[in-house]
Amino acid sequence: MSPPLLDIQDLQVDFHTPEGIARAVDGVSLAVLKGETVGLVGESGCGKSVTSLAILGLIPSPPGKISAGRTLFEDRNLLAIGPQALRRLRGKEISMIFQEPMTSLNPVLPIGRQVAEPLMVHRNLPRSAAMEQAADYLERVKIPSARKRLNDYPHQLSGGMRQRVMIAMAMICGPKLLIADEPTTALDVTIQAQILSLMMALKEESRMSMLLITHDLGVVAQTADRVLVMYAGEVVEAAPVTDLFDHPFHPYTQGLLRSMPRLGGHDRGRRLKEIPGTVPPSTETLVGCKFADRCPDAFDRCRKEKPEPAGIDRDHWARCWLFEFPKKRGVHG
Amino acid sequence: MIPYFIKKCITLLLLLLLVSITVFSVLFVLPGDPAQIMLGINATPESLANLRSELGLDQSFWAQYFQWLAQLVTSQGSRSLNYDMPVNTLIVSRLAVTGPIALLAMVFAVIISLPMGIYAACRQNRPADVSVMFFTQFGLAVPEFWLGILLILFFSVKLGWFAAGGFPGWTVDVWGSFKAILLPAFALGVIRASILTRLTRSSMLEVLREDYIRTARAKGLMERTVIYTHALRNALIPVLTIMGLQLGQLLAGAIIIENVYYLPGLGRLVFNAIGQRDLPVVRDVVLFMAAAVVVVNFIIDLAYAYIDPRVKLK
Ligand SMILES: Nc1ncnc2c1ncn2[C@@H]1O[C@H](COP(=O)(O)OP(=O)(O)OP(=O)(O)O)[C@@H](O)[C@H]1O
Ligand SMILES: [Mg+2]
Repeated sequence: MSPPLLDIQDLQVDFHTPEGIARAVDGVSLAVLKGETVGLVGESGCGKSVTSLAILGLIPSPPGKISAGRTLFEDRNLLAIGPQALRRLRGKEISMIFQEPMTSLNPVLPIGRQVAEPLMVHRNLPRSAAMEQAADYLERVKIPSARKRLNDYPHQLSGGMRQRVMIAMAMICGPKLLIADEPTTALDVTIQAQILSLMMALKEESRMSMLLITHDLGVVAQTADRVLVMYAGEVVEAAPVTDLFDHPFHPYTQGLLRSMPRLGGHDRGRRLKEIPGTVPPSTETLVGCKFADRCPDAFDRCRKEKPEPAGIDRDHWARCWLFEFPKKRGVHG
Repeated sequence: MIPYFIKKCITLLLLLLLVSITVFSVLFVLPGDPAQIMLGINATPESLANLRSELGLDQSFWAQYFQWLAQLVTSQGSRSLNYDMPVNTLIVSRLAVTGPIALLAMVFAVIISLPMGIYAACRQNRPADVSVMFFTQFGLAVPEFWLGILLILFFSVKLGWFAAGGFPGWTVDVWGSFKAILLPAFALGVIRASILTRLTRSSMLEVLREDYIRTARAKGLMERTVIYTHALRNALIPVLTIMGLQLGQLLAGAIIIENVYYLPGLGRLVFNAIGQRDLPVVRDVVLFMAAAVVVVNFIIDLAYAYIDPRVKLK
C-alpha cells in the first residue's frame, strides 16, 4: 500500500484562554490516502475545524498553539517546514473551503480577481491570463454567464453561487488535497445537493483527495470512503463508511446515528433524539474516557482509565473499554 | 452608481438649505443691532431707521433670508461692517491660509496614522503596539495650543528654522508662506493622527479576524497582500468617515492654533468678527464652515461608493 497523502499523528492544539489552557484537539491521528474522501464528523465544538486549520497553519495565534504532533504531507512535516514553505503549499497543493459563503469572500474585491489570485501567486501568471483561466473555471463550476460576472462582487451572488466561487478558488491550482469544512451546512437543502455533487464530480476528474468535515451524517454517507468520529478533541472511532453505519461500535457513534434523521426524509422535522448531557469543558483535564458522563454504558473503569484505540475489525477501531467487556453494553437503540 | 450619486446630490442640496436657514435664524434672534454698531451709540433715531431700511433690517424674516440667499447665489455677497469689503473676498483671502493648513494637517495625519495603525494591529499587544498606543495616548491628552507652543520653542526659538509666527502671504513669499503653515499644520496633524491611528488599529484588528482574511491566507497569498489588499480596503471604510469629519472641521479654521501662530485664517476672522459684532461676517463665515463640513461629507460618501461596492445598492 502506498503511503498516505496526509498523515496526521498525535496532533494537539491548545488555546490560551482567560479560563486556562483549553485543549481543543487532543492527540488526533488521521490519514488520507490518495484519491480518498475521508469524513470527519462530530458535534459542534469537538475540534473539527481546529484540526483542519492546524494542517495549513491557520490557527489564530495567539490564542492558539499547536503543542504537539506531526502532520506529514507526502514526505514533508508541515509543522516543521516553516511559514514561507507552508504558504507556498496553501491554495496550490492543499486547498480549503469554508462553511460560510457569506463571509468567506472579500466583500470589496470582484469575484474574478479573488478566483484568479491563487494563479497569480503560485504560478506567477500575469493578471490578464489569470483572469482568463478564472473565467474558464467559473464556467466549470457552472456559474451562469461566468465571463460577464467576473467583475461582480460577492453580495451580488446567492449563497450557492458564492460557494461555487469558493470551490473554483480552491480548485483552480489543481490541489492534491481539498479540505472542505462544512461546505454545505449554510445552504438550502436543494442547493446542498448540487454543491456536493459538483464537488464530487470535480474530485473524480482530478483524482484529488478530500477531507470532508461535517456534522451531517447524511452527507458523509453519500460521499466518504472512510469516516472518523470526533468527540471533545479526540477521534473516538474510525471505520470505512459502510462499516460505521452498519456496525457503529462506540456508544457516542451510536448516539450520533440515532440522532440522525432517516435518509428517506419523512421524519425530518420530528424532534431528533439528542444525546443527553454536554461536552466537558476543554479546560478540564479528565482522567478516563471523556464521554463517560454521557455514556449509557459507562462503568467504573471508564472513569478511571483512558481507553486506547482498539481494533474491532480490519480498518475499524474505537476508543472504548466495551471492547474488552462487551457484555457490559446495555440494551438500547 | 448614478441613482446613488443623484440621491447624494439631492441630500447635499437639502442639507445646505437647512444649514443656511439654521445659521440665519440663529443670528436673526441674536441681540445686537448692526445699524447701531455701524453708527455708534450717539446715532440719532432717524439715521438708525434710515440705515435699517437701507440694510433691509426692517423687513420680515423670510424676506431678509431670501435676500441674503439671493446675494450669496449671485455672488455679490454681504459686506463686512468692520472691514468695509465684501465678505466673500474676506473668506477667500482667509481660506488661502486655512485651506492649505487643513490639507497639510490631514496629509500629516494620514501619513502618520495609517502606517502606525497597521503596524500596531499586526503586532497586537507586543511592545511595538504598546508604544504606538502610548504615543496616541499622549497625542490625545496634549492640547493643540501647547504642542504648537512647544514646536515654536524648539524649531523657531532654539533652532531658528522657522519664523515664530505671522504669515507673509502667498503672492509675496511662497516659500516663506509654506514655512509659516508647516508647524501649525504639523501640530494639528499630530493631534488628529492619534485618533486616526487608534481607529485604524482597531478597525484592522476587527477585519483581520474576518473569515475572508482566513480565506486569503488559505489561498497562500503573501502576508503583505493579505494586509494591504484584503484587509486595509475593508478597514479603511470606518476610518474614512472620521477623516472626512476632521477635514471639514479643519477647513472651518483652527481658532486657537491660528492665534498661537498669528495666522490670518478663517478661525481668527470669525473670532474677531464675533468680538466686533460684525454680523454679516459671522453669518457668512459660519455658513461657509457648515457648508465645508457638509460638502466634505458628500465627497466622502462618493469615495465610499468607490471603495465599498455594497454601498451602490443601498
Ligand atoms: N480562537 C479561539 N479561541 C479560543 N478557543 C477556540 C478558538 N477557536 C476554537 N476554539 C475552541 O476549540 C474548540 C473546537 O472548536 P472547533 O471550531 O474546531 O469546533 P468544530 O468541531 O469545528 O465545531 P462546529 O461544528 O461548530 O464548527 C471549541 O471548544 C472552541 O471553544
Ligand atoms: Mg467548525
